Amino acid sequence: MQVTLRIKRFNPEQDVKAHFEEYQVEVEGTDRVLDALNQVKWHQDGTLTYRRSCAHGICGSDAMRINGRNRLACKVLMKDLGKKITLEPLIGFKVEKDLLVDMDKFFDAYKSIKPYLIADDAPTSGERLQSPEERHLFDDTTKCILCAACTTACPITWMSDDFVGPAAIVNAHRFIFDSRDQGGRERLRILNSGTGVWRCRTVFNCTDACPRDIKVTEAIEQVKRALIFQDA
Amino acid sequence: MTYHRYDAVIVGAGGAGLMAAIQMAGKANVAVVSKLYPPRSHTGAAQGGISASLGNREEDHWEWHMYDTVKGGDYLVDQDAAEVLAREAVDAVLELEHMGLPFNRTEEGKIDQRFFGGHTRNFGEAPVRRACYAADRTGHMIIQTLYQQGIKHKVNFFDEHHLVDILFGDDGRCCGVVTMELKTGEIHVLHSKTVLIASGGYGRVFKITSNALAGTGDGVALAYRRGVPLMDMEMYQFHPTGLYRLGILVSEAARGEGGKVINGKGEAFAARYAPTLADLAPRDMMSRFIYQEVKEGRGIDGKDYVLLDVSHLPPEVIDEKLPDVTDFARVYLGVEPKKEGIPIQPTAHYAMGGLPTNVHAQVIFDPAGTVIPGFYSAGEAACVSVHGANRLGTNSLVDLVVFGRRAGKQMLKEIHDTDLATLPAEPDAVAKATIAGILGRDKGENVADIRAEMQTVMMDKVSVVREEKGLREAEQRIRELQSAYKNIAIQDKGKRFNTDLTEAMELGCMLDCAETIIHGALARQESRGAHYREDFQARDDKNWLAHSMITRTSGGLELKKKPIVITTFEPKERKY
Repeated sequence: MQVTLRIKRFNPEQDVKAHFEEYQVEVEGTDRVLDALNQVKWHQDGTLTYRRSCAHGICGSDAMRINGRNRLACKVLMKDLGKKITLEPLIGFKVEKDLLVDMDKFFDAYKSIKPYLIADDAPTSGERLQSPEERHLFDDTTKCILCAACTTACPITWMSDDFVGPAAIVNAHRFIFDSRDQGGRERLRILNSGTGVWRCRTVFNCTDACPRDIKVTEAIEQVKRALIFQDA
Repeated sequence: MTYHRYDAVIVGAGGAGLMAAIQMAGKANVAVVSKLYPPRSHTGAAQGGISASLGNREEDHWEWHMYDTVKGGDYLVDQDAAEVLAREAVDAVLELEHMGLPFNRTEEGKIDQRFFGGHTRNFGEAPVRRACYAADRTGHMIIQTLYQQGIKHKVNFFDEHHLVDILFGDDGRCCGVVTMELKTGEIHVLHSKTVLIASGGYGRVFKITSNALAGTGDGVALAYRRGVPLMDMEMYQFHPTGLYRLGILVSEAARGEGGKVINGKGEAFAARYAPTLADLAPRDMMSRFIYQEVKEGRGIDGKDYVLLDVSHLPPEVIDEKLPDVTDFARVYLGVEPKKEGIPIQPTAHYAMGGLPTNVHAQVIFDPAGTVIPGFYSAGEAACVSVHGANRLGTNSLVDLVVFGRRAGKQMLKEIHDTDLATLPAEPDAVAKATIAGILGRDKGENVADIRAEMQTVMMDKVSVVREEKGLREAEQRIRELQSAYKNIAIQDKGKRFNTDLTEAMELGCMLDCAETIIHGALARQESRGAHYREDFQARDDKNWLAHSMITRTSGGLELKKKPIVITTFEPKERKY
C-alpha cells in the first residue's frame, strides 16, 4: 500500500527553522515505521537523519513522535497507523538534525541518580543470595532500554529544565528495590530534592509511552512511598 | 583535526570493550569509542543466557563445558582457549553478579540455570542446566550492568564516533585510531599505546540477519585493509530460529524451556536427525535440519519456513522466562505463541571468524602466532578461537566477559612496559581521503542498491549450504560490487550527523568482509560446523583440521593454514 510520510525536517547547517516534508512510500502492512524511513533515506533523500540500530525494540535508538505519540520506529507497524503518518523528533531536547535529538541532558539525568550497584560486601566466593521474591520486586524496571520515550512524553520535562525525568527514576527504582544494594538512602535523598520525584504529577504519559511496557508511573509512586514511609 | 593521547583506546562499547575498560579504569588513561551510545551496542540483543559450570541446579564441571565447546565447534576450536573460556566463565559470571547483574534466582537464592543447545553433562550424555540467565534479556542486563560500571568508574566515553582508520607505525606497532565525530563531522586522531578492536560482527553482510544495522564489521575490515590477516571467515553461524522474513532472533532458550521446531506435517523432526539432544542440537545442525525439511517439501504449506512451538508450555513459564521473544512474535508477526507456532527460518547470527588473537587477546599476524605489538581484539570481532566452526549458544557472552577482561589486563601490562609509539606522518590522511572520496562525487552508484545486492548474493550462495559454482558466482558478483562501490555518490554533503556518509563507509567494510567469507568458503573443501559444502560433505581432518588465515596482498588474497591447538580432546565424529 502507498502511504505518505510527513516528516519534520531541520538541519541547522542550512535551515533557520523546522519544516515538514512529505514522501510517498510503498510499504507492506507488516513493515515497521523504520523500514519506511529507511526506504526514504535509501532511495529518495539520503539527507534524512535519524538514529537506529537493532531494529527490534531492544537498543533504544529510534524513539520519536509517531502521529503525536512517543514510540520506537522499529516497534510500530504500518498497518496500525493509517495512510498519512507524521514523524517528529522527541519533545524537550534540542533537535540536532531532523529526527535526531541531543541526548546529553537525558544521560546526565540518568547518571545523577548513581545508576550502579552500591555495595561493598561482595562475597569472596560464590554469588550474593537473593530470593526469587526479592528479585521480583525490581524486575519491571530492569527492562529499561534508555530510549527516552517516557522522559520526553512527560509534560513536567517539557516545562522545566531540571526535573530528572521518569527514566532516571525508573533506573533509581531498579537499585533502590534491589536487596543487594546499599545506596538506596543516597538515591532517595537525590530524588527527594526539588528536581526529584515530587515534580511528578502522575499524568501517566510515561507509562503510555514506554515501549517496554514498564509501569513507569507505578515505579515513581513506589519511590515516593519509600520516601514517605521508609526514609522520612 | 583534534589530537588526543591515551594509554588505551577501545573501539566498541559492547560487552568485550566495556569489560576491558573496567579492568583498566583508574589504572590507565583509557578512551572508549563507539559509533552508538554504549547501551545501544548489540551485546544488548543477546537473550538466552551465559554459561558457566556453577552447578547450581545439577552437577557440572568446567571440563564438561570445555568438551562441549570443542565438540560444538567441530574440533576447529583451539583447546587452550576453550579451557580458558570454560574455567574462567565461573569467575566471570560471579563478577557480573557482584557488579549487580540481576540474574534469575533458584529457590535457595542462587543464580538460576537452564538448558541450552549443545551443553551436556559428562561429555555428551544428556543436556545439562548451565546457562545463567536474566529472563530472555541476559545480554540487555550485561550491557546495562557494564555501562553502569563504566559510569561508576568514570570511563572516558567517545559516544557517536565512527571508526575510519586504524594506525600502525613503520615498525608494525599499532599506535592509534582515527574517528569521525558524528555530531560535528570533525576528524579525531587518538594516539595510543594500545588499541582494542571490540567492534563486533558483520551479520549485515547477509539479507536475513538477527544483527543490528550497526553490525557492519568496521573494525575487522579496517584492520584487514591495513594488512592484518582475518581468520576462519568462512565460519559464519546461522541461528535456526529467526522470525520469518525479518531474521529477528528467537532465543534458543525457547527450546531450552521445552519448545520444539515443527515441520509442515506437524512433526517435531529434530529427534530424527539428533536422537540424544533433539531440539537442543547445536545451531549449525538445527539450521541444516530446517534447510533439509524445507528442501524436501516439508516446510509450512510447502514454503521456506517452519514453526517454533512453545504453546504447550505453561503460560507462566512463557511470561516469566520468555517474555521478550514471545512479544516479538506478537508485535512483528501477529502470532500468539501461547496458542500457535511461531514462523521461523535460519538467520545470519554470529561470526566465529575475525581478527586472530592469542589467549591474551593480542592480535597475531602469522600462523606462528607472532603478536602485533599494541594491537588487541576481543568479542565477536576476534577469533581466539573458542568457537571454532560453530559457536554454542551462550558462549558469545562468556567470550565477551572472559576475553574482554583478559584484554584489559594484558593491555595494562603493555602500557606499563612500553612508550607511546611515533604516529605516522599525516595520521589522518587515509581517513580524510576515504571521506573526501565518497563526498566528492555528485553522480554515481547508489549505496543501498549495492548493499541490497550484496546481501541477496551472500544469502543465496554463501549461507547454510554452499557449493563451488555458487561460491564462484558470489565471488565474481562481490568483485563487481566492489568496483561499483568505488563509484558511489551520496546526497548528504554536510558535516553534521552525516549518516548517509557513515552508511557508505559501512558498506565498504561489509564488502571486504564478504570477500574474505567467500574466499575462505571456496578454499575449505570440506564440511565442518557452520561451513557446509554440498560438493564436499565430509569433514576432512587430514587437510582441514586447520584455521584459515586470509591476508590481502598486492597480488590478491593469500590464504595460509594455522594448526589447531589440541590439548585434551582428539577429534571424533560429531554426533548428538
